[in-house]
Amino acid sequence: MDVRDFLISEVLTSKSLIPAHSINGRLAEIRRDRIKQPVIYIGTGSCGLVAGAGKTLKAVKQYLDEKSIDAEIVEVGCIGLCSSEPLMDVQIPGKSRISFNNVDSTMVETILNDIFNGIVPSGNVLGQFLNPLHEAWTSVEDISMLPFFRYQHRIVLANCGKSDPQSISDYIARGGYQTYLKCLNNYTAEKVCDIIDESGLRGRGGGGYPTGRKWKTAHNSVSDQKYLVCNAAESDPGAFMDRAIIEGDPHLLLEGISIAAYAVGATKAYIYIMADYQQAIKNLKLAIAQMKEYALSGYNIYRSGTDLQINVVVSPGAFVCGEETALINSIQGKRAMPAPKPPYPAIEGLFKKPTVINNVETLANVPFILRHGPQVFNSIGTVNSKGTKVFAVTGKSALTGLIEIEMGTTLKDLIFKIAGGIKNDKHFKAVQIGGPSGSCVPEQQLDLPVDYESLWEAGAIMGSGGMVVMDENTCMVDMVKFFMNFLQQESCGKCIPCREGTRRIHEILENITRRPPSETGHEVLERFKGIMQLDGLAEVIRDTSLCGLGQTAPNPLISAMKWFRDEFEEHVFDRKCRAGVCKELRVFYIEVDKCTGCVACLRKCPTNAIVGQPRQPHFIIEDKCIGCGICYDVCKFVAITIK
Amino acid sequence: MPSSIEEICLKYKKGSREALLPVLQEIQDNIGYLSEEAIVYVGSHLNLPSSKVYGIATFYDHFRFVPRGRFHISVCGGTTCHIEGSMTLLREIDKLLKIHDGQVTRDGVFSLQVVNCMGACSKAPVICINGEFHTVISPDDLALLFNDIRKNQG
Repeated sequence: MDVRDFLISEVLTSKSLIPAHSINGRLAEIRRDRIKQPVIYIGTGSCGLVAGAGKTLKAVKQYLDEKSIDAEIVEVGCIGLCSSEPLMDVQIPGKSRISFNNVDSTMVETILNDIFNGIVPSGNVLGQFLNPLHEAWTSVEDISMLPFFRYQHRIVLANCGKSDPQSISDYIARGGYQTYLKCLNNYTAEKVCDIIDESGLRGRGGGGYPTGRKWKTAHNSVSDQKYLVCNAAESDPGAFMDRAIIEGDPHLLLEGISIAAYAVGATKAYIYIMADYQQAIKNLKLAIAQMKEYALSGYNIYRSGTDLQINVVVSPGAFVCGEETALINSIQGKRAMPAPKPPYPAIEGLFKKPTVINNVETLANVPFILRHGPQVFNSIGTVNSKGTKVFAVTGKSALTGLIEIEMGTTLKDLIFKIAGGIKNDKHFKAVQIGGPSGSCVPEQQLDLPVDYESLWEAGAIMGSGGMVVMDENTCMVDMVKFFMNFLQQESCGKCIPCREGTRRIHEILENITRRPPSETGHEVLERFKGIMQLDGLAEVIRDTSLCGLGQTAPNPLISAMKWFRDEFEEHVFDRKCRAGVCKELRVFYIEVDKCTGCVACLRKCPTNAIVGQPRQPHFIIEDKCIGCGICYDVCKFVAITIK
Repeated sequence: MPSSIEEICLKYKKGSREALLPVLQEIQDNIGYLSEEAIVYVGSHLNLPSSKVYGIATFYDHFRFVPRGRFHISVCGGTTCHIEGSMTLLREIDKLLKIHDGQVTRDGVFSLQVVNCMGACSKAPVICINGEFHTVISPDDLALLFNDIRKNQG
């Protein structure tokens, strides 16, 4: 019996959720727990490819060809440890799977040579995946005991980087889609909504609206057609959870979508995904085709009378597309501009029909809840925030990547225990949670537990899950300026406070960090006037904008001004940037003993601020200097220093 | 007009508004950018004024209205790359190639675009030239890199 027929007849149509003992062996084979030939797994998620996994993959293929070794190569998604990419795992029959980090193409030969001879290579070993079916390698650490993995609680990312994302059989052999069919056969749509409501799942896209309640609203509204939309328009710079889920475990998302569509009564589902996510789109389209092959989508799925069609809509990209009503407009071929609510999309959404819009991570939680029951999910997390949350941790932390934690874990644990603290022994300064419209959390607030309420009380938001760690070399003013620049570019332009206000904030911050040629003109006045207006401006934008983007736009500014006011004042009054990031505020001077008078800097200076005779020490006229730093770069004698 | 524009449009139902963005995307994928004639033709096919088509297309970041250079440079503008100095890279590219975000060099060899996070935050700053990634790149490396590309393409 071929794999498809076997899985359909023995697993998908079987009554019990626990596979019969007689088929366990075959299932283990399908999910590659029991293998006849060596398997090499390579992490070719986007982060892996950027780090050079493509070259590693090529080197592995070449190696296998040269030595004529019969082995299987599996391209997996990201396991979450992006800072150690490219990752390569090797599993030889009878032995447990062993993982190597930072494998560039030159190391492939040494590592594979050693491992095929039964020796553990000396370097680059990350750990091994323990499995009772296999003999463990001696003196190799269990991968789940590494600090990075040990303190995580993985529900959504459980199989990312481990299972083959391009194979539906692998997913089904791990228990996938059985929950969906169980729902179709045993539960009414209402019951599914109730279960989700009872589990306490809340939207992971940022707002935190209870998912069950949203589903019920849509379920109860009467219409001939309802829609489900999966929001994968993740365009926050520095967040990539949704991409990793889709690349690493697309079927988990699709099962979540299928269950959600059944619960709300939608027969059409759209996945709205960023155009930049080429790899994710490819995996997703393949996965949808496989679902059809297994008759899991289409008409009258497994004789349940349920229809479902899943379409991928590629977003031409804009940050505001993540807002529900803007997203609906975009699917309808209009500008992605938010519309006033109510009517809420759950009552009148896409093509004026009831529409449920859920984030990728929210939907990816759904199969787990229905499989294990709402009580299991309910027991994870805090009183009001249940379950886990995935964060994309980037910036100056020692390890960067995807971290899924139980709600209520403190930021300190997240950054110092899991992500390994700050790299290069620098000092922690702040962490930006929630992307460009989130807030920064300073050192004194690190004991804050991560859940919706605590973050809200501290003036921060959960956001979609971007987390940027900053050390002492990061300038807060520059950071806020970066976010404001992003937001003013991405503002859709509908509401004047958001469109013009973010631009004004950006201009004021530019004024603070720019060095005027003279300190006498109106520029000084503008600067002081600006800083006095910032607070008021931020308030107006927050109170008078229509959508979430506008309402949260001033957040980075408000929080940075609250916690790092001294840094802003230093920029305004002392014209100094303690982190040395604001280039124009640097003051250069020439050390007389070191200057040989080579005239290199004098020739390059764009404002003729350097004077001097050849073979005589030069001088910088401070009033003329714009702080561009060209002289600093061209000086071969290290004679130019920053004050 | 390249016949492919017509062919692409024919795949979509006449006058259907939801087809607008997919049509434009497919044309851009095939031809590389949205030319004036493409916009006019799409407008007539979907019964929309070309001003509206242009208005919607310019709203989204993804659409281009000039052809790309032969070597398309994407600079990561994500938060981490920003912290690690992607602005310095942009300034350096501006100095070396005299192009800004969204522009093409006069000889049509290079074009530049700032993109959202590419997800290689641990290896920041990152740039990508025609699908090939260059990680932990410093401004000094850029001159060498561009010279190599110029030399190789003759």
